[in-house]
Amino acid sequence: MDYKTIDGLKYTKKHEWVRLEGNAAVIGLCDYAQDKLGEIVFVELPDVGAEVLAGKSAAVIESVKAVADLYSPLSGTVTEINEELLDQPELINSDPYGEAWVYKMEISDESEMANLMDKAEYEKFIVEEEEK
Amino acid sequence: MSEAKKTPFYEKHLALDGKIVDYSGWLLPVQYTKGLVGEVYDTRRTASLFDVSHMGEVSVAGKDALDFLQKLVVNDISRLKDNAIMYSPVCYPDGGVVDDILIYRLGAENYLLVVNAANTDKDFAWFQDNLSGDVILKNLSPEYAQLALQGPNSEKILQQLTGEPLAEMKNYHFKADLEVAGVNCIVSRTGYTGEDGFEIYCLNEGASKLWDAVWEAGKKQGLSPAGLGARDVLRLEASMPLYGHELGKELTPLMAGLDRFVALEKAAPFNGQEALKKQKKEGLSKKLYGLEMLERGVPREGYPVRAGDEEIGWISSGSFSPTLDKFIAMAFLDPEAVAKYGEVQVAIRNRTYRARFTKMPFYRRKK
Repeated sequence: MDYKTIDGLKYTKKHEWVRLEGNAAVIGLCDYAQDKLGEIVFVELPDVGAEVLAGKSAAVIESVKAVADLYSPLSGTVTEINEELLDQPELINSDPYGEAWVYKMEISDESEMANLMDKAEYEKFIVEEEEK
Repeated sequence: MSEAKKTPFYEKHLALDGKIVDYSGWLLPVQYTKGLVGEVYDTRRTASLFDVSHMGEVSVAGKDALDFLQKLVVNDISRLKDNAIMYSPVCYPDGGVVDDILIYRLGAENYLLVVNAANTDKDFAWFQDNLSGDVILKNLSPEYAQLALQGPNSEKILQQLTGEPLAEMKNYHFKADLEVAGVNCIVSRTGYTGEDGFEIYCLNEGASKLWDAVWEAGKKQGLSPAGLGARDVLRLEASMPLYGHELGKELTPLMAGLDRFVALEKAAPFNGQEALKKQKKEGLSKKLYGLEMLERGVPREGYPVRAGDEEIGWISSGSFSPTLDKFIAMAFLDPEAVAKYGEVQVAIRNRTYRARFTKMPFYRRKK
């Protein structure tokens, strides 16, 4: 498999990743998604303080050809956004799991974590996606 | 819907890891491994090879071919010489656009029309509806493959494959019956990228051999394959209209700013002449303008454009421009509002982004 994944992160079927830090979480876009989108040229971020809902659009990522929503993996409140992405959206292509985190949030419903996949589950999921 | 068609180059795209999409009924690569932006750079700096076999070809022959065409197209082809090409919109009587086409003059009674892929069947039916006199129409599209070789190194690449002195071939001129790597081709100095380059037509049987030869000749000239994504961005940078965006049934060539291709005073009456004359006289409610974003945001087709408190039009094509490193768009706007406001806003989802007017073409190559 050509797509990078990281140990210790949680993943969604829409190809977002989550780094859990107690009651907080860092959210970003997976390598698979950035590869499918191609060169990313624009990112629209949520406001700090905004309420986000699991499965609902929280940010917009645009490549030259496509517009894609980033769906919040969990419900809660946005506490910090990565403003670097506004000037350098291409960071999502070059470092999706590192420098290109998208936002940080406070989790309001911990039970939603059960819906997320771990690395092994996610890797299996992308193999299935590729075979479709 | 019938099943999507493969061009004779389909296997070449797979071998090069092209990302295949269904584009108006044709399976074509939207991009290859380098990606859209890299492909655009290659076309501007060295050379790119595009499969454009989806384009339609229609042969028009017979004693009355010229008269028939003069009625059909809005440009004046009476001045067109053998081995020369003219671009023209084709209009309905109400001035709306059937298609925009290239007309190759093979001889006084023999022409080749190159039409948009998605319009081929509609065009052919329209041509037949307008048929008069001694004219034979043939839809050659299924038999022909087409490659576009575009970029500053195109001549160097193609010259290796033919004895024809290509330096002498001027823009919008062509040679038929030309041997390219032993394949009988029509070669024209045309393109849809704003760069120097050639479009090469051959029968399907010779397509694979032609591709391989061009590919081999391009190896030392920085040739790479480019997909539909790059093609669309390149034509936008060069401000070339695309049917369905800048031209259509509800849009006239005058609205799209194609005045120099509309021979309003042509002696021979043509479809759309009265309507277009009237529109010219009475003025346009919408006209095509170039926009450049002042705030980072991707203007895309269909987004509303506002000025003051008014909605003054819509984006017809827009993108990030890799060549200019800017976000650019073509937009149909109310000319009166344009005269009144120096700046506009493009509505993208929940907010607006500032943009200013800019001259088209956005990009013009250095000669």
